[in-house]
Amino acid sequence: MEILTAIVVMALGALTLGAALGYAAIRFKVEGDLITGKIEAILPQTQCGQCGFAGCKPYAEAIARDEAEINLCPPGGDEGARKLADLLGREFKPVSGGGDGEAAKPKLTAIIREAECIGCTLCIQACPVDAIVGAARQMHTVIDALCTGCELCVKPCPVECIDMAPVPETLATWKYAYPVIPIKSVERASDVSHNVAAMNDAESSHQKVA
Amino acid sequence: MLQKLFKFKGGIKPAHHKAESRGTPIAAAPLPGHLVIPLSQSAGEAAQPVVAVGDKVLKGQFIGKAEGWLSSAVHASTSGTVIAVEPRLMPHPSGLATLSVVILPDGEDRWMPLQAPDYKNMSLKSVLQYLQDAGVVGMGGAGFPSHVKMQDSAALGDLVINGAECEPYITCDDRLMRERAGEIIAGSGIIRDLLQVKRVLIGIEDNKPEAIAAMQAAVEAAGETTFSVVAVPTLYPAGGIRQLIRVLTGKEVPVDQRSTDLGIQCFNVGTALSVWRALNLGEPVVSRVVTLTGNVEQPGNWEALIGTPMNELLALARPRADTDGVIMGGPMMGIPMPACDVPVTKGSNCLIARSPTLFPPPPPEMPCIRCGACARACPQELQPFELYWWSRARQFDKAREYHLSSCIECGCCAYVCPANIPLVQYFRFSKSEIRAAAREQKMADSARARFEFKQFRAEREKAEKAEKLARAAAAQAAKLAAERDAAPEGESGAVGDAADAKQAVIAAAVERARVQRAETDSRDA
Ligand code: SF4
Ligand code: SF4
Ligand code: SF4
Ligand code: SF4
Repeated sequence: MEILTAIVVMALGALTLGAALGYAAIRFKVEGDLITGKIEAILPQTQCGQCGFAGCKPYAEAIARDEAEINLCPPGGDEGARKLADLLGREFKPVSGGGDGEAAKPKLTAIIREAECIGCTLCIQACPVDAIVGAARQMHTVIDALCTGCELCVKPCPVECIDMAPVPETLATWKYAYPVIPIKSVERASDVSHNVAAMNDAESSHQKVA
Repeated sequence: MLQKLFKFKGGIKPAHHKAESRGTPIAAAPLPGHLVIPLSQSAGEAAQPVVAVGDKVLKGQFIGKAEGWLSSAVHASTSGTVIAVEPRLMPHPSGLATLSVVILPDGEDRWMPLQAPDYKNMSLKSVLQYLQDAGVVGMGGAGFPSHVKMQDSAALGDLVINGAECEPYITCDDRLMRERAGEIIAGSGIIRDLLQVKRVLIGIEDNKPEAIAAMQAAVEAAGETTFSVVAVPTLYPAGGIRQLIRVLTGKEVPVDQRSTDLGIQCFNVGTALSVWRALNLGEPVVSRVVTLTGNVEQPGNWEALIGTPMNELLALARPRADTDGVIMGGPMMGIPMPACDVPVTKGSNCLIARSPTLFPPPPPEMPCIRCGACARACPQELQPFELYWWSRARQFDKAREYHLSSCIECGCCAYVCPANIPLVQYFRFSKSEIRAAAREQKMADSARARFEFKQFRAEREKAEKAEKLARAAAAQAAKLAAERDAAPEGESGAVGDAADAKQAVIAAAVERARVQRAETDSRDA
C-alpha cells in the first residue's frame, strides 16, 4: 500500500513538473538567432572576410549552425577564439595563420595618399563599413575613426595609393600595462627570460602546454 | 559651531610630512626660460589652438579654444612670443605627447586688459560659458571642468568646499587657506549663489589649525551665516569626495550615483579661488600654487605659471644631488613623471623630488595571504584582494562585479598589504582594459550598424533594379499585345493572344540569357 502511495505521489510530481517544464519551454522560448547575436557580439566587426565568409554576421551564423571552426577570425585573435570557446562550450583552438597567434593583430587604419587618388570610387565600393568619403573624379579620404582596418580597399585601388598604417596611440587609447613582477634570480640568463615570459603571460602559456 | 561628525570605514594614517613645506608663505616663482602649455588640461577633449608660431601674446590671452562642453579653454600664462605649437611630452604616466603651445616670455609679464564680467546680472548659462572660457577646472588634481559641475544645480542642498588636503607632503591648499581665506570664502559665496544651495560646509583636516582659524575669521569677516568651517579628523583619505561628504553630512553616496543625486556638490578650495578670480577680476587661470617638497633643501609653496617646466620650478627648492625623478601629486596617489622637464598644469598640486632613500624600490611582491587587511583599510568598502585576484587573472567581468569602478585608487590597500602587492597598479591596469574593451565594443557596434546599412542599401538597389526591369518587360509585353490587337484578327483571340505575348517575351528573355551565358563562358574559357 505504502509503495503504491509512493509511486502515485512520485508519478504525480513527475507529471506536474513535466507539465511546468513543457509550459516553460513554450512560454519562454528563446529566439533562434539569440546565439548568433551573442557570437556576433564577440566578433570584432572588422568585416574583412578573412574568415572566408562575407563579413562577421555570416561567419557568426555559420558558427551557430556548427558549420565553421571558431578560430578563423585573425582580427579577433586568440582572445576572441577563447571567448567563443567559453560561450559555446567548444574546445579552444589558437587562431591559425595569424603569425604566432599570441595576441590580436595590432589595429591598422587605411590612409589614402590623397594627391595620387584619381577618384575612381572603387575603394568606396569595397569598404564594408562606409568609412571612405569621396565622389567620382574627386579626391577620396578615409574617416579614420570609422575605419576597421579590414584592408579590403587596398587591392581595388588602381593607382595603389592606399596604405595601411598602425593606429597611433593617443591619450584616449593608452592603457596601463600589466604590473611587472620584478624577479631576482641567479639562474642562467636564458632561464630567467623564460621565467619572466612565463609569469607575464602565465595564462596563455598554460593554454599552449595544454 | 559644533557639528556632529560622522565616520567613514577604513582609512589609514600615514606620516604627514607636511611640516617641511607648510612653514613658509607662498612665493611667486620667477619667470621660466620658456613655457610649455599643454592644450589638454581638463577631463574633456584637448582645446584647439588659436595662435600660430610667431604670434605675440599677452598674459591671459586666449590660446586654446574649448572643444565641446567637457573641454576647457587655455590661456597664455605670460606675455611673449609663441615659438612653437607642437606635440610635447605631458605630465601623464603614459609619457605621450600632446599638442602644446610653447611661449618665449618677453620678461614684462604684461596682462591683457582685464574686464570683470557683470556676473550678478548674467544668466547661469552665460556665467558657466564665461567660466569655461576662463579655463576654470578643478584644482585638486583631477581637472574636471567646473562649469560642467555647476550645470545641474537643481535640487542641490549642500555645497562642500574641500580643504581637507589629506595626502601626505602636500600643503598648497593649507597655505592658500591661510593666506587667501577671504578670496576663497568670496569664491565659495559666488558658487553658492550660482547653485542656490542653502548650506556651505568647508571641511578641513584638523592637522591644519591655522587654516581653520583663518577660514573661520574670513567667514566672520564676510558676515556669512550659511557657512560652517568644520575640522574633520585627520585620516587618509578624508579628502576623497565620498569620504568628505560622509564625514560632514553622514550621507553615503550609493555606488551607481553621484553626490549631486543626494543634493551635494563639492569643490576644492583652489577652485573656489579660481572662480573668484575669474568672475571678480576677469582673470583666467594662468597660475597655481605648487608644493615643492621631498628630497629638497628648501621645501615650500610657490605660485607657478601654468606651463613652467618642472625642473626649473623644482630648482627653486634646491633638490639634493641624489634626486632621481619627480612625482606629481602626493606619495599615495601621485604619478611619476615621464621626464623632469614636463610642464606644470592646472592639476599639479605638488611636486615631490624622488630619491632612492626617500622612496626605496618596492619590496618584491609575494602571494596574497588573504589576511583581509586591505578590505579593512579600503575607504570605499571594497574587497581589494578579490579585485586583485580577478585583475591579475584578467577576468575583468568578475572585477567589475566586485565594483572595481568604485575604487578611487587611494592606495590604502596597498599601503597596508603585508605581501607588498602593488594593488593599485593592478586596479589601474584592469580599469584601463575595461575602458578599452568598452570603447572597442562601441566601435564594433557602430561598424556593424554601418555594414548592415551598406548591405541593406545593396539589397534595395538590387530590388529597385529588378523592379525597373520587370516594369520595362511589362511595358514591352503590353506594347506587343497592343500591336497584335491592332492586327486584323478575330476578337475572340485577344485573351489568348495576351498570354501568348507574355510567353513569347519570356521565351525571348530566356534565349537572350542563354546566349549571354554562352558568350561569357566562351570568354572565360
Ligand atoms: S575574419 Fe573579418 S569578417 Fe570574419 S569574423 Fe573576423 S573580422 Fe569579421
Ligand atoms: S580606389 Fe584609389 S584611386 Fe580610386 S578612389 Fe579609392 S583611393 Fe582614389
Ligand atoms: S592585504 Fe594583501 S595579503 Fe592581505 S588580503 Fe589584501 S591583498 Fe591579500
Ligand atoms: S585603492 Fe581602491 S581598493 Fe584600494 S583601498 Fe583605495 S578604494 Fe579601496
